[in-house]
Amino acid sequence: MSATELPLIGDYSTPAAALSGARIGVVTFPGTLDDRDAARAIRMAGAEAVSLWHGDADLSNVDAVVIPGGFSYGDYLRAGAIARFAPMMSKIVDAANSDAKLPVLGICNGFQILTESHLLPGSMIKNDHLKFLCRDQVLRVENNTTAWSNQYAQGEEITIVLKNQDGQYVADEKTLDALEAEGRVAFSYVGWNPNGSRRNIAGITNAAGNVVGLMPHPEHAVEAGFGPDHTGTDGLGFFTSVLTHLVGGQK
Amino acid sequence: MSAAEQSTQQKKFNMDTVANAAVTPDTELPWAELGLKQNEFDEVVKVLGRRPTAAELAMYSVMWSEHCSYKSSKNHLRQFGDKVSEEMKKDMLVGIGENAGVTNLGDGWAVTFKIESHNSPTMIEPYQGAATGIGGIVRDIISMGARPVAVMDPLRFGAIDHPDTARVIHGAVAGIGGYGNSLGLPNIGGEMVFDSVYQGNPLVNALAVGVMRHEDIRLANASGKGNKVVLFGARTGGDGIGGASILSSESFDDTKPSKRPAVQVGDPFAEKVLIECCLELFKGSLVEGIQDLGAAGISCATSELASNGDGGMEVELTSVLLRDPTLTPGEILMSESQERMMAVVSPENIEAFEATMDKWAVEYSWLGEVTDTGRLIIKWDGEVIVDVDPRTVAHDGPLYDRPYARPEWQDALQADTFKSSEAGANLPSTGAELKAALVELMASPNMCDKSWITNQYDRYVGGNTALASPDDAGVIRVDEKTGMGVALATDANGRYTFLDPYHGAQLALAEAYRNVATSGAVPMAVSDCLNFGSPEDSDVMWQLAEAIRGLSDACLVLGVPVTGGNVSLYNQTGSTPIHPTPVVAMLGKFDDVDRRTPSGWRADADGQALYLLGTTFDELDGSEFANIRGHLGGLPPKVDLAAEKTLGAILINASRDGMIDSAHDLSEGGLGAALGEMALRFGVGARVALDDLCERDGVDAFTALFSESQARAVVAVPRSEEVRFNDMATARQFPVVRLGVVDAASNSLEVQGQFDLDLNELREAHEATLPKYFG
Repeated sequence: MSATELPLIGDYSTPAAALSGARIGVVTFPGTLDDRDAARAIRMAGAEAVSLWHGDADLSNVDAVVIPGGFSYGDYLRAGAIARFAPMMSKIVDAANSDAKLPVLGICNGFQILTESHLLPGSMIKNDHLKFLCRDQVLRVENNTTAWSNQYAQGEEITIVLKNQDGQYVADEKTLDALEAEGRVAFSYVGWNPNGSRRNIAGITNAAGNVVGLMPHPEHAVEAGFGPDHTGTDGLGFFTSVLTHLVGGQK
Repeated sequence: MSAAEQSTQQKKFNMDTVANAAVTPDTELPWAELGLKQNEFDEVVKVLGRRPTAAELAMYSVMWSEHCSYKSSKNHLRQFGDKVSEEMKKDMLVGIGENAGVTNLGDGWAVTFKIESHNSPTMIEPYQGAATGIGGIVRDIISMGARPVAVMDPLRFGAIDHPDTARVIHGAVAGIGGYGNSLGLPNIGGEMVFDSVYQGNPLVNALAVGVMRHEDIRLANASGKGNKVVLFGARTGGDGIGGASILSSESFDDTKPSKRPAVQVGDPFAEKVLIECCLELFKGSLVEGIQDLGAAGISCATSELASNGDGGMEVELTSVLLRDPTLTPGEILMSESQERMMAVVSPENIEAFEATMDKWAVEYSWLGEVTDTGRLIIKWDGEVIVDVDPRTVAHDGPLYDRPYARPEWQDALQADTFKSSEAGANLPSTGAELKAALVELMASPNMCDKSWITNQYDRYVGGNTALASPDDAGVIRVDEKTGMGVALATDANGRYTFLDPYHGAQLALAEAYRNVATSGAVPMAVSDCLNFGSPEDSDVMWQLAEAIRGLSDACLVLGVPVTGGNVSLYNQTGSTPIHPTPVVAMLGKFDDVDRRTPSGWRADADGQALYLLGTTFDELDGSEFANIRGHLGGLPPKVDLAAEKTLGAILINASRDGMIDSAHDLSEGGLGAALGEMALRFGVGARVALDDLCERDGVDAFTALFSESQARAVVAVPRSEEVRFNDMATARQFPVVRLGVVDAASNSLEVQGQFDLDLNELREAHEATLPKYFG
């Protein structure tokens, strides 16, 4: 953004030297909160952030999509339940399932939207302690072969921000067994399970590895001084991962 | 329901028109039930030259209420405008009187912030009361043209072990979180105090801060004859109508619901959409004037917009979109339904305005237009039901010079010092006793860890939070290019103010100033929320008068102007008032938030020297230590504003020049609490000795640890900076004493010759208190 322009509306301009020239879309629904943070994370990783409006049905030739957190439609009815019917979501679902396998990352409310859209299995219910919880959370990288996790070491522990009300991941036992057996649990909680999620699941991937959903927020842990404990930048790897994926093809 | 159906419904009412009022002068009106006094009603009749219509009565009664008119406090509040130096005006772009004050940050940036109370609604319905407190203050910030960037919430509840406290705190904290989190606003700090004086009247104050470019500043005025008036956002419902049922005589319809909740119900999703939608309107310069709808709803918005502009407005009330079609005109005028805004739009912008509304799926209705008649005309289906000079509604309300006098019990209270009392006997003196006392203090309700509350708030959203609770101030980056940002702290001490209202209010200001400076920011401006009991009680009125006098005097000395705020009166349980609680919010500025100073040392600070800045006196009266012993009496700590200024300058310079890595101000709980909090901040120990301090200031170890003397702070100085730091303090002739060093290997707070306190033990005690009571 120019020095004299107030970021009243999310600013998605590109830094002069975008490393890969990749364009990554950030979807905004009514009630989306972390779209500007996601765009910042994309820029800090070196790509161009492209604003996508929920009501449009045009993916604007983006190379990947982030569905950021928030309370789309106020979480009314059920988190993500209304957002999945947005025209933009139909496009994203088609592109994610197509041969091109568009990389899609759903964070928090975005994860909820992905499960509602059936891009990922399972669902999120209210935290077992019934309160909104915001904390610095340690995760273990359980699968470093996805489009969004390839810059981490397998088993690496990272600290990013957790903040949610409806973060308890649930699925039937058969699905949970399958997720674990197929290596589709991408991230798990370490130390303490902050919301009662089944099998300590923090994030999962689809079989192809292009669609990842997780409850904690990597986009809040990309800039020293403004992340966990005011120092952490462990979340940046999500965004550099997708750039690596786009440049080098699937790992 | 379509607009046509709604209009048909509305025609069923038998309207009390202006024409009708003129010919029926003797009609009985429920002015007393609406809260007006006889003299006030007589004044309304005099102003109008006839009896008011039911709708006019509704407007005057709510706009002339204490809450909207400041009729008891205005006489005293003038001091905030009078005691201002040229220097203080320098950065003030918009002062008291608008929705919120605006302060210049330089480089074309401006910041607006304000603190308000939502006390009574929270007592009745904690979740919605607290939630709509956040909603209301955020709309004040939007109406100035700013993007809201953070919120804070100073909270005061009854005794921690009282059964009703759990009801209030669970609801209030969930409400603040539920609303603020859904708006995407980081909650960066606040306060939490438990005291039985707040049992029947908790205090929930809410602060919001927003940033904007200078050219985006918007004011609440309706200018330009022919410009259109539009109401947008949520529909108008029956919530938040005080005493609405008595207006039911207006209606022929016996079947309408008569009892409506007096507490508003919030919809944070609607507000979030409203924020984005308003910011898009501002960006396109699509509105000439804008006003949020809070207390007194449409009554307030129309009369304030009209009287601040060209002086006239004409609106059709049946055009208001309703949630409940049975509402009467008076109820529509008084409804405090949330998430609504009123704007003035020039005809050429109507199309663009509507497109923006449609994009965000926000409902709107055109109500009327700006006129140059100097009259506010409100029609109901074409018939005039309000015809008033808007100034008489919005600005020329009654004004009272309420009698006040120093309470007769004040002398006895001040004579009852802690150390002369029974509670002050057998004070801890051995190392083991001092250690136990510190653990007890750090676990006490007011000093314990607050993360049970703060973890229910999102402090990260926006990606600009540089510091948040439990640091001394919340810090938000404003400009991502330069790192320029703001710091905010809120403080009050009801016990100090009870002991001495004049100095107690100054101590609140001094602590807020100190907190902001400790974080490294330069204090710039003040917003205050004055929570007091009934102004009709001369004791309380004296507390209020003294507190305002003290605060305004101190603002002048510290050079920080009051840019806005709120007065909340009648805070009492039965005839027992709360402690006078002037909450002060201080705004400070950073050239670069990268220079911020956190309130504790990290492991990599191993070996850094710990210094205490300031002088320690024997000041235990009104302290937290006296509080846990159940004593309140004597005089609060001395105010020394010159020392506060010097201390502030040292902390700010030391931060800017990289001389200190961490700092924490000394306030409630004194040096003992400050050291404990600093060690627990990142779980890193320290070794200190009190001998030099005790010898220099002539105090014993107990006093050194627990006295609450002001103008003090502890700082951690890297070894390489010690000489420079000492030189700076000495050059300013400010007392400084070396206490000890950070010891990363120890995992304990060792006070040499006294005790060695394991940090795990301290943390366990510190963190267990709130979960123990509230789960």
